[in-house]
Amino acid sequence: MFGRGLKTLSCVTVVLIVGAFALVFFYAPNDADQGFIQKIFYLHVPLAIVALCGFVAGGIYGILYLRSGDRMHDLRSYVAIHLSLILAVATLISGSIWARASWGHWWVWDEPTLVSFLIVFLLYACYQPLRFSIEDPQTQARYAAVFSIVAGAFVPLNFMAVRMAQSVAHPRVLTSTTAMPGSMFLTFMLSIVAMACLYVTLWKYELASKHASMQLRQLRRKLAGEDDGWTPRARRSAAPQL
Amino acid sequence: MRRAVVALVRKDLRLEARTRESVPAMVLFSLGTFVLFHFALDAQTVAGNLAAGVLWVTLLLAAVLGINRLFVAEREEGGFDGFLLAPVDRTAMFVAKASVLFAFLVLLEVVAVAAFAILLLERPPWHALPGLALLLALADLGIAVVGTLVGALAIQTRARDLIVPLLAIPLSVPLVIAGARGSAPLLAAAGAGALEGRWLLILGLYDLVFGLLAYAIFDFLLEE
Repeated sequence: MFGRGLKTLSCVTVVLIVGAFALVFFYAPNDADQGFIQKIFYLHVPLAIVALCGFVAGGIYGILYLRSGDRMHDLRSYVAIHLSLILAVATLISGSIWARASWGHWWVWDEPTLVSFLIVFLLYACYQPLRFSIEDPQTQARYAAVFSIVAGAFVPLNFMAVRMAQSVAHPRVLTSTTAMPGSMFLTFMLSIVAMACLYVTLWKYELASKHASMQLRQLRRKLAGEDDGWTPRARRSAAPQL
Repeated sequence: MRRAVVALVRKDLRLEARTRESVPAMVLFSLGTFVLFHFALDAQTVAGNLAAGVLWVTLLLAAVLGINRLFVAEREEGGFDGFLLAPVDRTAMFVAKASVLFAFLVLLEVVAVAAFAILLLERPPWHALPGLALLLALADLGIAVVGTLVGALAIQTRARDLIVPLLAIPLSVPLVIAGARGSAPLLAAAGAGALEGRWLLILGLYDLVFGLLAYAIFDFLLEE
């Protein structure tokens, strides 16, 4: 069900990522005042943008779930938020490294983008505990969907509030593209596309794997002759169950 | 729907008047926190940014206490079942609970801001009062809306006391940013400065977005 086109997508992702890295290292010029470390920008910013888009996508699947009641949408929302959280951790780490290298501190509070990203991350870090603490799968799915919608709406609002509250020192990537030379801009765009493809590929892989293991479990149960497929089992993950 | 809302609000206010569970606890908590801040900061008086920060953090944490208690009676005494059996719009529950939380917050702030002025401010902030009241009212609206959502989300979970602060604190960061930054000049040591309109704008936008959102999705938080 989720396996279709996965091979092509994986190949495209690999090509794009290799291409993006090749451009980063061999084509894009070194930054005039930051030097080589500036190249982390091609990793850090796409990570952040894709993670935020993933959070919002999780909210959109949450809306679809509430509208249709289709458990697959819940699974999609869950996997999107789960992957975005991983990217968000990577973003915070790469951002810290970049901040250390170019500003001299691991963490800088008067950076609106940094701070609002941390707040969003803290909020989404509660997604899994919330799922864990609700037993009934129906309720769990519905509440998780409500959470994903509220949090998805919170992302842009929070960015606005934090940005208004603070200085304007962070490089505004998408609004200041005029200041970026063409070669850098091209590399950056390719990096974003590659990262988005990587995200979608991982998302589909996880969906396929979760779906396959669920089917496998059902078949096993059938073989063992259990009529009722809903015997509760000890859970190690808060993932939705179909 | 109006009658249902009025009935629910009256029920909650009467419950609070008889049991005195939420508001006194919130007030006591905020007084204790002011004392804590006095010793933690080792300051006789605070002003400006510091004053705004102390006031807003205290009020927010006190509000979390209220959010925690908001749906407890419904959950434990079967109020949800009774409400779902009644032939009324489910959004009535949201409107009623948000109004009750708003009323609790206003009561809390009447006492807490007065206590704050006496305990930690150098002189009574009479000039700052209209601006502060406006900021607090807008922020209360936001806290009431988000708090009702979070309270309803958390009430069905096993770890209610844990989930409420974990969710409510990041969600209310924009409120604290706007509230504290907006009231810092009002509480400045040199006398009240001007209130910047953009903070009111953020608060208003926050209230609007989350109000509409909560209105749309609250139904799903009540069990079938």
